[in-house]
Amino acid sequence: MTWYRKLKGAASLGQPLDRVDGRLKVTGGARYAAEYAVPNVAHAVIVTSTIAKGRIKAMDTSAAERVTGVIKVLTPFNAPRLPGAPKPGPHTESAAAPRPASMRVPTMLQDDVVRYNGQPIGVVVADTFEHAREGAGLVRATYASEKPVLDWSKAPLNPAEEVHPLGGERTVTRGDVAKGLADAAVTVDHVYVTPLENHNPMEVHSTLAQWDGDSLILYESTQGITSVRNTVARHFGLTPDKVRVVAYFTGGGFGSKGGPWSHETLAAMASREVNRPVKLVLSRRQMFGPVGGRPRTEQRVTLGATNEGVLTAIRHHSKSTTSTIEDWVEPATNQTRLLYDCPNCETQYDLVRVNVGTPTFMRAPGESTGTYALESAMDELAYALKMDPLALRKKNYAQNDPESGKPWSSKALMECYDSAASRFGWANRNPMPRATRDGKLLVGWGMATATYPARRAPAGAIARMMPDGRAYVRAGTQEIGCGTYTSMTQIAADALGIAPSMVRFELGTTDMPENPASTGSVTAASTGSAVHDVAVALRQKLVQLAINDPQSPLHGAAETDVRVDNGALTLLSDAHRTEPYSALVVRNGSRPIEVTVASKPGADAQQYSMHSFGAVFAEVKVDPDLAIVRVPRIVTAHAVGRILNAKTARSQIVGGVVWGVGMALEEETLIDPRTGRYINADLAEYHVPVNADIGTIDTAFIEQPDEHVSTVGAKGVGEIGITGVAAAIANAVYHATGKRVRELPIRIERLLT
Amino acid sequence: MIDFDYVRATDLASAGRAGAAPSTRFVAGGTNLVDLMKLDVERPLHLVDINDLTRADPTLAAIADLPNGGLRIGGLARMRDVAWDAKVRERYPVVSQSLLLAASGQLRNMASIGGNVLQRTRCPYFRDTAMPCNKREPGSGCSALVGINRSEALLGTSEHCIATYPGDLGVSLVALGATVHIYTPAGSTRTLPFSSLHVLPGAHPERENVLRPGELITAIDLPPLAAARRSLYLKVRDRASYAFALASAAVAVDLDGRTIRDARVGLGGIATKPWRSHEAERVLIGKPATASTFHAAADAALADARPHRDNAFKATLAKRTLLRALTEVTA
Repeated sequence: MTWYRKLKGAASLGQPLDRVDGRLKVTGGARYAAEYAVPNVAHAVIVTSTIAKGRIKAMDTSAAERVTGVIKVLTPFNAPRLPGAPKPGPHTESAAAPRPASMRVPTMLQDDVVRYNGQPIGVVVADTFEHAREGAGLVRATYASEKPVLDWSKAPLNPAEEVHPLGGERTVTRGDVAKGLADAAVTVDHVYVTPLENHNPMEVHSTLAQWDGDSLILYESTQGITSVRNTVARHFGLTPDKVRVVAYFTGGGFGSKGGPWSHETLAAMASREVNRPVKLVLSRRQMFGPVGGRPRTEQRVTLGATNEGVLTAIRHHSKSTTSTIEDWVEPATNQTRLLYDCPNCETQYDLVRVNVGTPTFMRAPGESTGTYALESAMDELAYALKMDPLALRKKNYAQNDPESGKPWSSKALMECYDSAASRFGWANRNPMPRATRDGKLLVGWGMATATYPARRAPAGAIARMMPDGRAYVRAGTQEIGCGTYTSMTQIAADALGIAPSMVRFELGTTDMPENPASTGSVTAASTGSAVHDVAVALRQKLVQLAINDPQSPLHGAAETDVRVDNGALTLLSDAHRTEPYSALVVRNGSRPIEVTVASKPGADAQQYSMHSFGAVFAEVKVDPDLAIVRVPRIVTAHAVGRILNAKTARSQIVGGVVWGVGMALEEETLIDPRTGRYINADLAEYHVPVNADIGTIDTAFIEQPDEHVSTVGAKGVGEIGITGVAAAIANAVYHATGKRVRELPIRIERLLT
Repeated sequence: MIDFDYVRATDLASAGRAGAAPSTRFVAGGTNLVDLMKLDVERPLHLVDINDLTRADPTLAAIADLPNGGLRIGGLARMRDVAWDAKVRERYPVVSQSLLLAASGQLRNMASIGGNVLQRTRCPYFRDTAMPCNKREPGSGCSALVGINRSEALLGTSEHCIATYPGDLGVSLVALGATVHIYTPAGSTRTLPFSSLHVLPGAHPERENVLRPGELITAIDLPPLAAARRSLYLKVRDRASYAFALASAAVAVDLDGRTIRDARVGLGGIATKPWRSHEAERVLIGKPATASTFHAAADAALADARPHRDNAFKATLAKRTLLRALTEVTA
């Protein structure tokens, strides 16, 4: 039982508290990495390759060096060698050398090899950004160019034994899929394709590097200050304590800022070379390639079922692209092993290495692409069975994790189905495709299941009670736009028994207690538990101080007799014996009372299967002549444990749904088929939804606090919102038109008949 | 972007003189030029800002009645001002609609009419200096012919260039038969039909229009045209707003009962310049306003379409777009 549940009337947790940093953000007071004013700062602009594969023979930097204000031009031919730079993968697409899936292998002017078009191959440093940019435009590279491997259908498949999905195996089997398919009365077997995509947070990646002797400060736009610190330190052969990373605000990351890429180290390298602080901001074009993206996937899903709709076999093979720098596997089949109760299941990964930038985590990596394939296949199976798609899912509802047999730590998926279906009006659906109209427009209704793992990682926090009754709480996490400042403030306030306005929560530097990167929806469960634990510990310390203090009105009372409300310690047995935190601290010398905790997951993670679930229902309207698809309405229900803040949690779901609309209908990174050049590398041509694309988004949470996952009962809400959305829309498009589009995005030409 | 100098012209004569110098560009809203300068596609050494010209001559940004019943739009009028002007909306709905369906609210607040009609192509190869492009660098080759060419044109192309004219307003203006007034550095003015302002790429895609160095568009005249009151701009694109046309149609129809007395047809998103389809107009004029007439007009409009690998669908889409526009405007 957690503290705040015992507290009556104090609970700010779950309330739709406005963001505590909202005013700073809307007034420009929130400072982002590139906005720090550092004296004597120089500006760096990256030069990128214009071929996709080959070697750089020479780089002519003379014109750039003649530009007024240009201080230094770094190229592979003059850049200092870094003692700890990782080696990019072999310069082939089919090498069998061991290449375990790694997180990020950056390219930092350590060799003359070009591995994709747009790869960093130089840095121009100047007194102003404008001079640096002009210089960068004048650097000329000559290449020994080779024909790049870009056609993924012709690229060699990896040697099977070389595929290592992060934390998994290439092939996972349970039961006997061949027998399950043989036993099936109905089977469906189709391939679903998702394209290359790029994250495009509003704030481009940026770094401000400043050396002081052999110590380095990085003001950084990141989701993971600790991994930036550790990686950049390793590149330079420094111990991590020599590097301090600061990120008070990050303008979105979505996985592309989960750890460092090339530009952090390049900024630090440039700063050391010119002996000045250096600011390096990527251009929007440079967001395509050097900082990751979603790989293309081709997923074959085979389902078998009895005439009653009971699944007898599930097979899901996913092939995805990676770079020639490192192997990164989009974990698109993970949800397939646990979403439905089926004794026979086989999942498998393959990779093709092409000359593009290395892919990486992108909002719900795996589950976003994987649920598109699986939930489209389930829809196809429902039609093959002449069964309602929702009824098919309910028929195969997994009461326990079908892979491990473990019980769920919590699961309210059935309630999600019912809530969303009822609010959507699913019962009124005419099952016939192309049978519902609104005037000229075809109307389609589709649904899908949403899911994402609930993870928790070790996290630390420090808390101080000040003489004025305010609490300072610090944790080295990140604010990437999710509302972490706010939700952590609420957790600390409730646990301490004070108003949120009396809490100042701070984050974003590596000299604070270490926390996980803000990735994988872990922050609420991980940092949230640490903040909760440290606030409870501080409260207990203060209560102890009071009952042991002869001058306190609470002296001699039992700890269990003390409640804290609005900053006042009061005996349950005698409301007249009371004093505020502030009086207690002042009387004890006015020194802040401080507590530090390290919090980590318990044994529950071994005993339970921990996942979040949800349901997505989508309505589309399709112009039958012009093939324009609009999404007037999406209804969701999600069970993500305890809701820490109703407003920021809803925002996470809405953001995920909006992205899902983009994934379904608009998003695709285009690569020139001969040169590997990123073709739509700007926000005018790389389409994400605009406001006019979005209709009603009706969200709901089935709140079921899960204390197996985290002390605060939260499971995380950052990623699940996008999962299932593309499938629900694709299924609705089929219902509207009778045409099944198995490749995203569902653009006009894919629907035009 | 390279270093450049910048002057603000205060009168047409000085603007014309400054603008005639080599490596010089006029700038008004800057929404297209500055973007291309950042990409190093445009590399002028001198910019002449013409926004202050309206102080000496407010008519340069005005929207005024012409004695013949038409309307004169100043070259420095902003897209927003024209789009929301009551006279434009009443007499030339197609002009207002084509403006409002273009760009974004912020861009429309900035962009001038003279600059808008000269907007340069969105061809991705034109906009990327790492790639060959005959329009940007004559003789270097056309990457779009064998590259990703979904956004490229089907009409008016050449073996040297298939880049699409990206604008919307120009499609309406060419359909209506507008006239362009041009100030020349010699101090005189000349006028020409809007349809003659832009040129086909042919062997010289680097030439997009007939303006000579230092020449400025001072005004565009909309003619008195009965059909214009029954006009419509339909734009089909990949998202609901802030996207260039995959296909668009500007149509104006004057009906006599259910017989088409006069018709104007412009097509966007599929041609190398603002495209007027006289072929479609010939099919329409004198015929009954029926689905079969419209089908025949759409077929005629796209009869010369030359698709490439990724954009063949746009021929179908353009026909359907025109068909829909004609159906709606005559409903």
